[in-house]
Amino acid sequence: MAKYAILIYEDPTSYANGSPEAWAAVTDAHTAFVNQVFALGGCLAGGEALAPTTTATTIRGGGTVTDGPFVETKEAFGGFYVVEARDLDHALEMARLCPAPGGGVEVRPVVDATSNPF
Amino acid sequence: MPADAVAAALAQAHRSEWAVVLSATVRVAGDLDLAEECAQEAYVSALQAWTRDGVPQRPGAWLTTAARNKALDRLRRETTLRRKLPLLVEPATVDPHETADPDRPDAAVPDDRLRLVFTCCHPTLAPEARVALTLRLVCGVPTPDVARAFLVSEPTMAARITRAKKKISAARIPYRVPDRAELPERLDSVLTAVHLLFSTGHTARDGDALVRGELCDRALHLARTLAALLPEQAETRGLLGLLLLTDARRATRTDEQGRLLLLADQDRTRWDQRAVLEGLTVTAGALASGPPGRFTLQAAIAGVHAVAPSLEQTDWPRVVHLYDRLLAVWNTPVVALNRAAAVAFADGPAAALPLLDELATDPRLADYPYLPATRADLLRRLGDAAGAARAYRRAVELTANAAERAFLEQRLAEVSRVAGATPGHAPPRTR
Repeated sequence: MAKYAILIYEDPTSYANGSPEAWAAVTDAHTAFVNQVFALGGCLAGGEALAPTTTATTIRGGGTVTDGPFVETKEAFGGFYVVEARDLDHALEMARLCPAPGGGVEVRPVVDATSNPF
Repeated sequence: MPADAVAAALAQAHRSEWAVVLSATVRVAGDLDLAEECAQEAYVSALQAWTRDGVPQRPGAWLTTAARNKALDRLRRETTLRRKLPLLVEPATVDPHETADPDRPDAAVPDDRLRLVFTCCHPTLAPEARVALTLRLVCGVPTPDVARAFLVSEPTMAARITRAKKKISAARIPYRVPDRAELPERLDSVLTAVHLLFSTGHTARDGDALVRGELCDRALHLARTLAALLPEQAETRGLLGLLLLTDARRATRTDEQGRLLLLADQDRTRWDQRAVLEGLTVTAGALASGPPGRFTLQAAIAGVHAVAPSLEQTDWPRVVHLYDRLLAVWNTPVVALNRAAAVAFADGPAAALPLLDELATDPRLADYPYLPATRADLLRRLGDAAGAARAYRRAVELTANAAERAFLEQRLAEVSRVAGATPGHAPPRTR
């Protein structure tokens, strides 16, 4: 098994004005996703949801501190999962089910730091 | 053993056995680069051994054994280096696609070549990388030649191939044939790559040589291999039929000066009748295997042309009907344009013009030279010389192929003469 990060990129405005019921539906969808990962023979090795980019603070190489995310994009990085999968096909099978109605997900292999992957 | 006989046997073994040797070595090496190096070394050592001992009875088996032994040696010496990220080689289990091959008892598990081609054409690789990897790894074409085929510099192509190989190992793209459920979709990516390979050789879009026969031959060989290994997938036979029927016209696509000849002007007696016959047989088999896919339908269209005694005596209603079915499974503006060209023969140019007007609004065809070229031909046949000249000029601007440009310029000169002789004869048309 190898680790893959599923990075969620979404337009944050799609969550901004939701009702409490809409938010409950979002969390339910993520709970269902986690169950599906295990049902597919995968494993969950981590994951978090992040507060909106309006709360972000960026520190550039020179030490300059600014308000906002490192890169301004319509679809912002909003959360991630780390799953364990047999191979890329298996990881993609899980990632396809990951809820991201306001954008999409990116799948990246997680590096084993004992060797340089670059 | 005389040196040229050995060289000829080696060249033949490279053409026909490279994919078998490499794909079987990948299984042992667990790494594409290492397997490639070992397969290359095996061919080098064969030169010496075969000169000394003669060409073995089964050159492919000899080369596979040599390459696998080299891989095992290297792995023993380099265990610490090769610890990382082995390629995901599935254990050799019994697989529905595997058929026993009595000619290769000690060589590859028969479907190793399929594993290799499905890995090279994995949908998570960029389409241009899939074709390049297939040429490099499955066909064994050296990187400089792959670069020339796709008109990019050698470092660019080398970087493209390296990047793709790195993704295969780092992202763990598995070395396996997809299971039955995903097979049709994954196969489409493989067939598309082989078709693109053939088209690159057949039309040589930006080059000066209209037919790069080597690429066509490689693509045909791959299509044959796929049809033999996956006969139950009718589209493999559809692709083979399409390539055979298209390739049968290879000798007549240009005249002695290298100028492009249209279907109307090709000497049909010089079409390769053996290829036509085989293409028709293969296509008929694919058509009989259930609802046809896009390659089978394109092969059926090529088959109608192949049996027609002339352009005029072609069964155009059948061609239009086949294009209708093709549009139902593969709705692209290029297919719609080809359908419009067939309608112009079945029902007359005037019936096809409104179809072209509609296609002219499609942004995907904005820079497609065949759209104005088709319009020019219809207007020319309708006697609108001035309108035809305008459309030919637009097509000349858009085409990058020297042979096609020469053809269009010649047609432009012809209609310009007519338009000049009868000023105001044709009403101005706006595109």
